Amino acid sequence: MRIVIAKPGLDGHDRGAKVVARALRDGGHEVVYTGLRKTPGEIVRIVMDEDASALGLSTLSGAHDALVPAVCEGLREEGLSEVIVFAGGIIPFDDRDSLHDQGVRAIFGPGARTSEILEFLEAASGRIESGEPVGVGENSGWRWG
Amino acid sequence: MAMGLSESDTMSSALSGSRRDLSRTLTAIENGASFNFTAADPWTLGVTGPPGVGKSSLIGSLISKWVDKGERVAVLAVDPSSPNSGGALLADRMRMQAADSADSVFVRSLATRNHPGGLASRISPMIDCLHACGWSRIVIETVGSGQSEIRIVAFTDRVLLVDGPDRGDVVQAEKAGILELADIIAINKSDLPNSEQAADSVRTAIGLANGPDTSVHLVSAHDGSGVDDLLEEIESCSVSSGRNRLRARERLLSAWDSRLLDHPGLNEVLDSLETGSITLDEAVESLR
Ligand code: B12
Ligand SMILES: Nc1nc2c(ncn2[C@@H]2O[C@H](COP(=O)(O)OP(=O)(O)O)[C@@H](O)[C@H]2O)c(=O)[nH]1
Ligand SMILES: [Mg+2]
Repeated sequence: MRIVIAKPGLDGHDRGAKVVARALRDGGHEVVYTGLRKTPGEIVRIVMDEDASALGLSTLSGAHDALVPAVCEGLREEGLSEVIVFAGGIIPFDDRDSLHDQGVRAIFGPGARTSEILEFLEAASGRIESGEPVGVGENSGWRWG
Repeated sequence: MAMGLSESDTMSSALSGSRRDLSRTLTAIENGASFNFTAADPWTLGVTGPPGVGKSSLIGSLISKWVDKGERVAVLAVDPSSPNSGGALLADRMRMQAADSADSVFVRSLATRNHPGGLASRISPMIDCLHACGWSRIVIETVGSGQSEIRIVAFTDRVLLVDGPDRGDVVQAEKAGILELADIIAINKSDLPNSEQAADSVRTAIGLANGPDTSVHLVSAHDGSGVDDLLEEIESCSVSSGRNRLRARERLLSAWDSRLLDHPGLNEVLDSLETGSITLDEAVESLR
């Protein structure tokens, strides 16, 4: 799969994003890492230009509430509804339902095993193959875990 | 691929300006689709040089200058695939300032997918596609693994070789091939110590290799010094014509590599080679 790993907003914590990017590469994926401090608009542009099938957002600064929905909406507006969106970092459990409602299919916190992230991607691409909805703009109650 | 849209519908939509469909068409080409773009003459620059010298950063500086002049800039940035997992970490674009915000910039990261020669397979039709879609400056960044990178001359009209301050003394031995073929040479990171010496030793090396015609620019992608001059030289550089034989040869080798790597029997033959049940000659014979 072609996957973009992005760091939205002013958050400067990039260790987790880099660990995840490398693990996905080792799992056989082609991973584009955006680097720090991207706006939601830039992230949507990168996903489009790279023709990525999935987007992973890493956020540890507490701004996920505003940034993650902005990216999801941007993707839908640009007709990128089939892109699979997932996230990780410091995202409190109380905030997760509303992100899932925005179309985020999986959220991984500190200590998440990279093998589990790979399993999620396998399950998600299995859904694409069998025609089940999984993209950020596709109506789907499905989420990982 | 969008539901219900055929590849050629997607391509038509790309030609009439859809960025998303341009992106999808490039994917289709990468995966083996072929389209007929009207024959034309794209403007191309190849950027090569060892890993870490600042190729991507320098392309980023050039992008901004071109955008200010009203050009539409497309970049194909190639990084290696892991031979073990088949995956790749594509991190060129994060070094290119302004890659992600202007409408007049399009950056696509490509993995080699184990295609040899420091480039991805099917670069040529991707360039044609970008050109047909109105991109006026097309830049290819190679993997940057040294002497084997001669192949870039087959696909771009001008070649910029980038080197850095800590590499100057090894340049003669290491870059003998590409050094002769570069149209323009830039020593990047002039903000760091030793870059003058590096530039001098490169000047000596090319003096020995191909006469004093190729100019050596001292530049810094970080503070911008020297980049205007470099751009001017890139713009005025005449397209090298004396290499048609070499270009033909490299294109043939590249096409040959693609065909071998796409051969349906490849895995089976590799299995047999691995266990020693056939010889190399037999393997070559069965893949013909
Ligand atoms: C290291 C660290 C730093 C380093 C960052 C170095 C760097 N370049 O990354 C430094 C010292 C610079 C730093 C600075 C700050 N930090 Co700090 N930092 C941490 C710390 C201790 C560990 C983070 C880390 O690197 N973990 C290791 C990596 C591998 O784990 P991870 O990022 O969680 O990633 C894993 C998962 O979350 C998940 N994951 C992460 N991203 C993604 C993405 C995808 C797509 C997927 C699938 C999975 C995934 O997978 C990874 C592997 O398991 C955390 C506390 C903590 N225990 O998390 C605080 C923490 C994140 N920092 C915090 C704060 C407040 C700050 C500062 C504002 C402090 C200050 N007042 O100056 C600054 C802000 C810096 C900035 N510009 O943004 C707070 C954030 C609070 C919040 N969100 O409400 C934390 C939670 C500490 C705390 N308990 O208060 N910090
Ligand atoms: N000091 C300095 N560092 C630079 C300059 N250009 C690039 N770099 C750094 O060199 C490293 C590699 O840059 P990159 O553009 O990715 O190199 P590439 O591998 O050749 O594409 C990065 O850490 C850059 O920040 C420069 O002009 N000066
Ligand atoms: Mg690079």
